[in-house]
Amino acid sequence: MVEQFSSTQPIYMQLVQRVCRQIVRNEVQPGEKLPSVRDLAVQFGVNPNTVQRVNMELERMGIIESRRGQGMFVTEDQPRLIMMREQLKEELVTRFADEMRDVGFTDEEIVASVRSHLEKSPDQ
Amino acid sequence: MTGQPNSADAVVVFEGVGKKFIGRTAVSNMSFTIPKGQIIGVIGINGSGKSTVLKLMAGLQKPSGGRVLVNGQTANRLSCRDVAFLPEQDVFYSAHTVRRTLDFYRVMFQDFNIAKALSIAESFELDLDQRIAKLSKGNRARLKIVLALSRQTPLVVMDEPLSGLDPLVRESIIKSLIANVDMERQTLVMSTHEVGEIEPLLDKVMLIHEGEVRGYEAVEDIQSEYGIGLVSWMRELSGERRRDGI
Repeated sequence: MVEQFSSTQPIYMQLVQRVCRQIVRNEVQPGEKLPSVRDLAVQFGVNPNTVQRVNMELERMGIIESRRGQGMFVTEDQPRLIMMREQLKEELVTRFADEMRDVGFTDEEIVASVRSHLEKSPDQ
Repeated sequence: MTGQPNSADAVVVFEGVGKKFIGRTAVSNMSFTIPKGQIIGVIGINGSGKSTVLKLMAGLQKPSGGRVLVNGQTANRLSCRDVAFLPEQDVFYSAHTVRRTLDFYRVMFQDFNIAKALSIAESFELDLDQRIAKLSKGNRARLKIVLALSRQTPLVVMDEPLSGLDPLVRESIIKSLIANVDMERQTLVMSTHEVGEIEPLLDKVMLIHEGEVRGYEAVEDIQSEYGIGLVSWMRELSGERRRDGI
């Protein structure tokens, strides 16, 4: 199925975030080979040039590595992957906290509501 | 990002191109270049001059003024060697079968890759023994895609390949474009009204309005600089002129 994209951010950035999340969720393992540019393009429903761009960006970030003649692989650099996971956590918490403060909840209310929400809906 | 006219990296160059038909000007004073290895969308309302621009770059129309270069050569009837053109209308012999149509193209065009044609036809589940007259509208559209994508030309031009088709047929065609355009050797220029749907497919987009290029930008720049999608961009650019009263 063709993926849905928001029009307010370049598609390559949205795909970079999508791949990072797949790695954090362990859907793609460290050291695993990524599909070819063409296959990813068909899978995401985007231009192959956009996928090239995504790979370049992920490589620059140290998340994936190219092995000559073999394609692209997820890095096995654990500290880098842990850092990415921490960054994602920081981003999500910041967005949530900013929104809660923006509408006027106090920090105590925020912490209390998060705790009670988590207790009411335990992780499976 | 629009880039200076640099013929070495360009597959199409328009230099001050105009096209007049009896009693009306379809295209006036157009200059732009189309870089190699990209997918370019040409958008604009009906009657804006999109089709004329595509026919000019396929060598199917002669400019009234200025010059059109395709792959470094002046565009003319012989440009069909360098350009695969998908017309908006159907141009099949309705008595032919799908297989016979593919054979006909193989004979017509030296660069026609019959193995690729058969493989794309298979991916669309086209019945090779079916007569064109019996094909559904969606399958006639798919067959046109097979014919255009199986040619190994540096330029592929498609006039409204998605027009009037249901969402599933459109999706299968878009997937086939991604899978089969050879981005290392080919450039695809396509006109369409399905602006939102092809946005993820495009490197650059050209907005034509009243016979002029009103905007020509990398889709990525439109999204990151303006934070809007193509539909809003198109609306803004074609609305401005009207407010000026010109």
